[in-house]
Amino acid sequence: MKTFKIGGVHPEENKLSSHNPIEILPLPKVASIPLSQHLGAPALPLVEKGAKVKVGQLIAKAQGFISANIHASVSGTVAKIDDITDTSGYRRKAIIINVEGDEWDESIDRSNELKKDITLDAKQIIEKINSMGVVGLGGATFPTYVKMMIPEGKKADVLIINGVECEPYLTSDHRLMLEKGEEMIVGVTILMKALNVNKAIIGIESNKMDAIQHLADIVKKYKGVEIEPLKVRYPQGGEKQLIKALINREVPSGKLPIDVGCVVQNVGTAFAVYEAVQKNKPLFERVVTITGKNLKKTANFMVRMGTPVNDLIEAVGGLPENTGKIINGGPMMGKALNSTETPIVKGSSGIVIMPEINACRIETLNCIRCAKCVSVCPMGLEPFFIAALSELLKFPEIENESVMDCIECGSCAYICPSGRPLLDNIRLAKNKVGQIIRNRK
Amino acid sequence: MNTSFLYAVLSLSALGASAAVILYFVAQKFKVIEDPRIDVVADLLPGANCGGCGFAGCRNMAEAIVKKENMDGFLCPPGGNETMKKIASDLGLEAKETEPMIAVLRCNGSLANAPQKVKYDGATTCAYVHMLFAGESGCPYGCIGLGDCVTSCLFDAINIDPVTNLPVISNEKCVACGACVKACPRTIIELRKKGKKDRRIFVSCINKEKGAVAKKNCSVACIGCGKCVKVCKFDAITMENNIAYIDFNKCTLCRKCVEECPTAAIHELNFPPRKPKSETADNNETAAETKSEN
Repeated sequence: MKTFKIGGVHPEENKLSSHNPIEILPLPKVASIPLSQHLGAPALPLVEKGAKVKVGQLIAKAQGFISANIHASVSGTVAKIDDITDTSGYRRKAIIINVEGDEWDESIDRSNELKKDITLDAKQIIEKINSMGVVGLGGATFPTYVKMMIPEGKKADVLIINGVECEPYLTSDHRLMLEKGEEMIVGVTILMKALNVNKAIIGIESNKMDAIQHLADIVKKYKGVEIEPLKVRYPQGGEKQLIKALINREVPSGKLPIDVGCVVQNVGTAFAVYEAVQKNKPLFERVVTITGKNLKKTANFMVRMGTPVNDLIEAVGGLPENTGKIINGGPMMGKALNSTETPIVKGSSGIVIMPEINACRIETLNCIRCAKCVSVCPMGLEPFFIAALSELLKFPEIENESVMDCIECGSCAYICPSGRPLLDNIRLAKNKVGQIIRNRK
Repeated sequence: MNTSFLYAVLSLSALGASAAVILYFVAQKFKVIEDPRIDVVADLLPGANCGGCGFAGCRNMAEAIVKKENMDGFLCPPGGNETMKKIASDLGLEAKETEPMIAVLRCNGSLANAPQKVKYDGATTCAYVHMLFAGESGCPYGCIGLGDCVTSCLFDAINIDPVTNLPVISNEKCVACGACVKACPRTIIELRKKGKKDRRIFVSCINKEKGAVAKKNCSVACIGCGKCVKVCKFDAITMENNIAYIDFNKCTLCRKCVEECPTAAIHELNFPPRKPKSETADNNETAAETKSEN
């Protein structure tokens, strides 16, 4: 079975919710929809206080090239446009809507019928993806249409679909592949048409055999789409790692996948593209896993954007007593939440509730130069060295250590026997070096 | 006589003499002419190389002063006026008297005033926490308390108070080099006039959020009510972005604003206790509290 060549770890999988079918979460009473749910510039609000909105109505417009449209996920009245606390505790602008009923915009096709025929041409598809506010649902929330617009002089020959879901605990992509498999594959064919490529490979880790078999049956009907089972290894879902694993090409430092002739999209994104193009449905809901060892039950919910995390926790029977951390995303790359009032956004793939005993860090000891972090780094960096320089605030020197190649997968901090906060220091270094590079321009 | 002994002495002397001649010409050719005054000035400077003057080190500053032949714009914060005067008299120049400065912490979000809402156990640098999230108290402007300022201080003038989890700046040791101002990711520390008898009045909060939001996270936050602006007769206080700021050049240390502030966000330092007056009895209490906290 294929996998990437250097580094990687294999944390306990803990895919507790992989057998829970996707349920529809009841609508929240109040939805707070942040204006910055994507990478890039925040969107510009188009509605005012007191305005009536329908589900799927455009409420905030993309500002600038790297930005995304935001649509109402609920129907009701706009209560206010105010600052709310986001996942980091800082305050960001959001549109707060009081939910009244569930009235959808007429242009959205709500039927469950599968629409295979693609009537739009490549340019129209990309335009549609842009207007429907589709962003990368793997977690980075990079606007999808920007990825689809291939710069002049470059050519893609293969589309890679990321169904790896290498993060422990998370199962939202897994359930999506099982339950909306065919729709997702149609989404892949739409992306293929938009990119003008005739080959697509869907990479899935072998701990999801049911999804691999299910999709393998479906793709027989679709020309050019292949399924490739992959060995279970974290961080295989990283763009560069997945390209290496599937087609054995290496993205050079500082370059993008398109430089080696491929485009990578998540399975969630492919499904969102299907809904946007074939059903005219904007991206306003997504599958979110809520899981944890001490929860009464685990679940995969179809959640509207702007629903507070609290609603999800209530739906699975409330917060267990010995909760240590509530993590937005997977345990490896996710961030601990500051408050349960934080809304679900386009980038939330899961909520992991960690018991106190698993959530705390081990005591920090001295670095013993065991070089475990070096051997697990999937980008071939020297995490201990970068972290040490970062602690000494020697940021100009760190630039020579290719710190900007770090994908922040956290394998180094995971493996460190001395419990050193390697990723923390590397992230700080990345931030500072990024500033140095930007100032130079 | 032993001839080999003689040869050895002669050949070595010849070698030495020729080397001396070569060295002499090389020294003439590559001679570095340095103003002797630079050494004099450098000797007068404290030699801490703190960078507070804006130069890379004490010698760099000495070179700059000698080159410019003018003392304007130069100040060695650790040396102060005394050192500058000495240098000026040695160089035959005139030094302008400058007001001594001191670093001031503009946050009073102690554990009691701004209780922790979440627990953080990652890397212990303020810079990273600032990048990552709002901080344990939830105030996105408040002191993080992990001591980036402490590590930056070359004079051992700052230490973290374990009770309040806030840095305490020593009146005696601080030389106002400004290293902590640069190190603080939230620019909470400001260089202010040291003041007569070390008396200072300043707003101990930089939270730009609306009053209600700021107050939610911290009981001593400036809520931007503007009472101090109204009470100040000297136009020393300005209100911008929901935060009051006292201009230390205009402030006459009358302490009216301290009495007026409803959240005790304005601090007075090193003042004698007020004369008990029946009408200002309440304010006296708050003022005394404020003082004891510092």
